Amino acid sequence: MSTSTVTTTAPADRPADEKTPPRPSRRRGESGLLARLTTHGVLTVASLIALFPVAWLVFLSLGPDKDDYLRPGGIWGKMTLDNYTFVLQNTNFFDWLKSSLIVSLGTTFIGVLVAATTGYAVSRMRFPGYRKFMWVLLLTQMFPVAVLMVPMYQILSDLQLVDSYLGLILVYCSTAVPYCAWLMKGYFDTIPFEIDEAGRVDGLTPFGTFARLILPLAKPGLAVAAFYSFITAFGEVAFATTFMLDDEKYTLAVGLQSFVSEHDAQRNLMAATAVLIAIPVSAFFYLVQKNLVTGLTAGGTKG
Amino acid sequence: MTVAIDRATGKRRGDRAPRPGPVSRLKRGYQKHWYAYAMIAPVALVLGVIVLYPLAYGLYLTLTDADSLNSARTIGVNEIEATYKFIGIDNYADILWGETAYDRFWSKFVWTIVWTAACVALHYGIGLGLALLLNQKLRGRTLYRLVLILPWAVPTFVTVFGWRFMLADAGIINDGLSALGLPTPAWLEDTFWQRFAAIMVNTWCGVPFMMISLLGGLQSIDASLYEAAEMDGANAWQRFRHVTLPGLRSVSSTVVLLGVIWTFNQFAVIFLLFGNTAPEAQILVTWAYQLGFGQQPREFAESAAYGMLLLAILVVFTSFYRRWLNRNEQQLAI
Repeated sequence: MSTSTVTTTAPADRPADEKTPPRPSRRRGESGLLARLTTHGVLTVASLIALFPVAWLVFLSLGPDKDDYLRPGGIWGKMTLDNYTFVLQNTNFFDWLKSSLIVSLGTTFIGVLVAATTGYAVSRMRFPGYRKFMWVLLLTQMFPVAVLMVPMYQILSDLQLVDSYLGLILVYCSTAVPYCAWLMKGYFDTIPFEIDEAGRVDGLTPFGTFARLILPLAKPGLAVAAFYSFITAFGEVAFATTFMLDDEKYTLAVGLQSFVSEHDAQRNLMAATAVLIAIPVSAFFYLVQKNLVTGLTAGGTKG
Repeated sequence: MTVAIDRATGKRRGDRAPRPGPVSRLKRGYQKHWYAYAMIAPVALVLGVIVLYPLAYGLYLTLTDADSLNSARTIGVNEIEATYKFIGIDNYADILWGETAYDRFWSKFVWTIVWTAACVALHYGIGLGLALLLNQKLRGRTLYRLVLILPWAVPTFVTVFGWRFMLADAGIINDGLSALGLPTPAWLEDTFWQRFAAIMVNTWCGVPFMMISLLGGLQSIDASLYEAAEMDGANAWQRFRHVTLPGLRSVSSTVVLLGVIWTFNQFAVIFLLFGNTAPEAQILVTWAYQLGFGQQPREFAESAAYGMLLLAILVVFTSFYRRWLNRNEQQLAI
């Protein structure tokens, strides 16, 4: 930390008769002007880098012509919202949105429902096979798309579930369920064990303790798990691309790819669709991001 | 009824009586732990049905010569029976040391390792740097934070397309470079630059998660430790080295492991950035997908074999990682 500081206020916690400090003093947590400028500089640059690709996409979506992305300067003169109206009126955007929502909400619902008790069990109870079970939960996080895709495809086509919402939901649950259980364990760990004890002393069964005391307290944790499985399912590309064959059942992630085919690349429409997808998702993300962060790190910091 | 909530009662597991016989142990275990088992049953069931069964089936497929021409399928009203046959470990042998195994597997293997190492190092390094900056008292801190997590907030499949526009031959990035008098690489065509672009885009996408997790870790470090270090005359670097880094250890070990797993399996970035135009820039995951679903005939067995190999690599890596952590007396959060 640099010491070239211009102090504006005299430190209050220093005895008045102290004569010695030629060395500039500052309060804890404040840093020098130079350091502050550097910090702001770095953060501003980083913010611009984070912002630019998204802003660029928004800008391009306003250009009416499909090759405008090559001549961005020309867009200023002829900005229009035509792309948006076209996408909303003449494509399957709403079908795709419907598919995405059905699949993501279905996954979220099953994931949270199934995983809640397990998260509690692995947070509070030690049973033979505990370590193995946790290892399996971790193992499922490691599955490359390639490992389950082929057998899933075969099994689902045997069951006639290819190109159906239920099939895709089942596939997504294979990652969402263990991940939810794991996230919720992290959250349950942060709830004091004394609450369980109090419940048990008052005569509740372990399940009663869970359902009546812990579950209401764990609402933020449930929300994080729900939200995280929603986002993951919403943004998944590989399985959706392979398993959804019908134009109307595409999820948004697949539908977006369909704008660029071998013959034709309607990049202006694609940009507009991308923005339409991004706005609600990002808004939602920002609403819950505080909880999300606490939830994720609670899983990460507690043993 | 005894139910083992031993973390709640503070009872340790260590004090064992002499072991009884297997049957009564099973019975006692059941009586003591049935609640725990009942509560994990839903997940265990789901995992068994939609993970383990497909996994076992996939393992069987890798030992056959299944592709889209000999698998069971329905064409119109005709149902065609599967005709693939068991061929043992030929698929694995062919991938690992068959002819041209270097071009098909090992070169991609090396690139996948480079890709994972580079991305995770960049994610962690940049994420930690930004987290340290954000952890100060600073005007506009919240605003910076909100802007910096934007790449995480917008779905990857959206932002990757944004990058594709920017990286295109006459896109904004090359415009900018040529305006500065710098060479303008063919980002989406030349192998080296494809790889460079892929790492760049993935870094952009992955930094916010690291940054936010590490920021949470930083905020949980006790401020009195810094005061004590300052009292002892530690300078800024020493405080970082001996207070901050040890304080971040448990968060770091977890996010690095997650980062390695996610990056190794990162499908969307490379698939959406290049489609199937870049055989050299494919990592193993996207290559396996390409074999199984991106070409005709679809090589199901080989694709599944790639998947198994990938899983094996990750399992081996994670085991060593855990062992290494345990030796350094750290517990992984997972």
